[in-house]
Amino acid sequence: MAVLKMQRISICALKKDRKAILEKVQNLGVLEINFHGVDDDTFEKMDTAYQSSGFAKNATQAETALGVLDTYAPQKTSMLASLAGKDLVEEKDFLDVIARMGDITETANRIISAGKEITEQRAAVVKLENQVEALKPWVSLDIPMNSQGTLKSKVFIGTLPPESTAQTVYEAVENGIDIDVNVISTDKDALYLSIICLRKDESKVEEALRAVGFTRTSQLTHRTPADKIERLQQTIEKTEKHIAALEEKIRKEAENRTDLKRLSDYFRMRSAKYDVLGKLPQSKTTFVLSGYIPEKAVGLIESEIGNRFDCALDIEEISDDEDMPTVLENNGFSENYEGIVESYGLPQKGEFDPTTIMSFFYVFFFGLMLSDAAYGAILFLACFIIVKKYPRMSKGMQKSLKMFMYCGISTMVWGILLGGYFGDVVSVVARVFFHKENVSIPPVWFEPLKDPMKMLVFSMLFGVIHLFTGLGIKGYICLRDKKYLDFFCDCILWFVFLIGLLLMLLPSGIFRSMSNMNIVFPPAVNTLAKWLAIAGAAGIVLMSGRSSKNFGLRIALGAYDLYNVTGWLSDVLSYSRLLALGLATGVIASVINQMASMFGDSVLGVILFIAIFIFGQLFNLAINLLGAYVHTNRLQFVEFFGKFYEGGGRNFEPFVTNTKYIDVKEER
Amino acid sequence: MLQELGLVYALLGAALSALLAGCGSAIGVGIAGQAASGVVTEDPSKFAKVLLLQLLPGTQGIYGLLVGFITLSGIGVLGGDPKEVTVKTGLLILAACLPIGVVGLISGRAQGQTSAAAIGIVAKKPDQFGKAMLFPAMVETYAILALLISILAVTAVLPK
Repeated sequence: MAVLKMQRISICALKKDRKAILEKVQNLGVLEINFHGVDDDTFEKMDTAYQSSGFAKNATQAETALGVLDTYAPQKTSMLASLAGKDLVEEKDFLDVIARMGDITETANRIISAGKEITEQRAAVVKLENQVEALKPWVSLDIPMNSQGTLKSKVFIGTLPPESTAQTVYEAVENGIDIDVNVISTDKDALYLSIICLRKDESKVEEALRAVGFTRTSQLTHRTPADKIERLQQTIEKTEKHIAALEEKIRKEAENRTDLKRLSDYFRMRSAKYDVLGKLPQSKTTFVLSGYIPEKAVGLIESEIGNRFDCALDIEEISDDEDMPTVLENNGFSENYEGIVESYGLPQKGEFDPTTIMSFFYVFFFGLMLSDAAYGAILFLACFIIVKKYPRMSKGMQKSLKMFMYCGISTMVWGILLGGYFGDVVSVVARVFFHKENVSIPPVWFEPLKDPMKMLVFSMLFGVIHLFTGLGIKGYICLRDKKYLDFFCDCILWFVFLIGLLLMLLPSGIFRSMSNMNIVFPPAVNTLAKWLAIAGAAGIVLMSGRSSKNFGLRIALGAYDLYNVTGWLSDVLSYSRLLALGLATGVIASVINQMASMFGDSVLGVILFIAIFIFGQLFNLAINLLGAYVHTNRLQFVEFFGKFYEGGGRNFEPFVTNTKYIDVKEER
Repeated sequence: MLQELGLVYALLGAALSALLAGCGSAIGVGIAGQAASGVVTEDPSKFAKVLLLQLLPGTQGIYGLLVGFITLSGIGVLGGDPKEVTVKTGLLILAACLPIGVVGLISGRAQGQTSAAAIGIVAKKPDQFGKAMLFPAMVETYAILALLISILAVTAVLPK
């Protein structure tokens, strides 16, 4: 439960060891490279942008090839495959891939160019198909499309607006001129026709035709339309065969997928290394590497680098003006909840890491909100199996799954305490299929739906404990920082005030009517409660505005701070969601059971029961899982963290081998 | 006749709680869904995250269903053997159902709009998902408070 202490480490070493040292640091992955105040004329930086972008480009090329492979030779992946994590590759296999770099790059190029050709050919096919479409209306014309006529006759091939007919043409031509109009076809866009006349009337006919909106066809080919279409279709067929061949070729390359992935990662690693190299200050024979490192990893660097290479290691404390990254360290259970803290904001420099304390409350509240033994068992088993089955999944994913696994255990415990097993499935099945009334698994504690007020009181009690823990942590931080006055005013006075108020509330009529619990304190306690509340309130009014010199303003600020008691009230009421969400799970599960059992006791009824039951319960589990997750987060973030925690720290980003597909197994 | 009117009022309450809260959720999930679709067209890999955010305003409908169901089973309509509900009890049940109905309708819509905005956060900064999720959850608090009052009231006034 701590924020790890960070230090700055600077390594000054010989240039000849540069590659080896950088690789070592990259493999250890404990150093965030950062230079602070290294401005010296003896050192200069290397321009590595060219190499870095070159390798990045190569990585992109391999990626493109993989993309083409995925399009034409998709890999069958199950939904859970993304959990499997990166492949572990033996170093010698990886070196083998690097040795075959040329071949693999060529393969990549082949795949990419084949992919490009397919795209081009596809475009060509589309173009050809458009041509066929344009020729189709002409298909019954039995002369070539570009016919002009014979020695004595003239033929016009073209279109008229769709509303025209052959009659339109006859009417347009003056009397005494003989023409022959053949309508070839008609559709909603145009009337397709050929017109024959004598050569001598050519110009007159043409003029007349133009007047009615005749357009010559643009499909000028020396073949008849039917013949042309046939030929076009042959070309299309040929192109499509070619595309199929290309696709087959790409599919044959699919066996190179692994190589491509490995090579892509190799380029990515090199690119990252050159990026770092460009940041290093270097002199003629030496270079400097500097950055943040967790204090406990210093020994590792000393033994792995300090003792193996000729170099000078310099470890120093981090100065106050630096933007230092945060690393959390927690026990095996609580570390799974670091992601929750991170999503709110990591602790800032010097801030308290709330993960450990929060993790226990998190599991407790999550279980209470879901509170169904069967759901808990499903959640636990699902997470447990996935974690065991995919040991190499990413660290973050593993932590989230383990987090839900523990929440599943808590859900099971709460389910047993409050008597929820898929809602009330036991009694429903007993009643409908075995005709036995009043069979159920009794809750170990009590059933919330039968006595919601009791559950409400307990929810708020848990809330008060949670909030008081938060206030206690605030007190602890004040003590740790030796701010004793703050500890007294902002923590102790509030405790006195709130405990006084609570003790006054418990024996009151309101509480009695709410909870049916009659609490009677001895009169001395009642008097004590009154005085605690008064003393606390007075203290807060007097002390909260202590930063202000003006006495009147100080009292006003104090009074305003006292008004925060309404904030405490709403915070406590907010825990009523523990009851509401817990009830929601149980009641909706019962609704589903009821619906499922509606078809009665018959073979069909049993089948329908099972189908509706499985589907409905899974739905309910999913929706309530979401609700429990969101609202547990909210209780931690708003109510709990609001009391003492600010966050806003920066994540630690060490120089590591940042691969996408593989991890290289190191040979020791 | 008057006796039967009590049952009508009680049933009206159950209907209103499921109806109004369900409408609220439908509107809310709809608003959020439009924003989510926009994000997924740009970046399909964000599907899971935006889907979670879209679902957040869906809870009001479930709360409405919950109160409706408690009421229905309490007055014995589900078992096919309705209990005797006086007019007074019927009206009491109707009143008890109103908080989750009305608050569910309004908060469902408001939460949908907040969810849509939170989906905007995820579109631009996917790593801020934890914070984005919290804003719609804030709105839901008031639906939960209304649910609480409805449940407490309904269970208190149902005929024993």
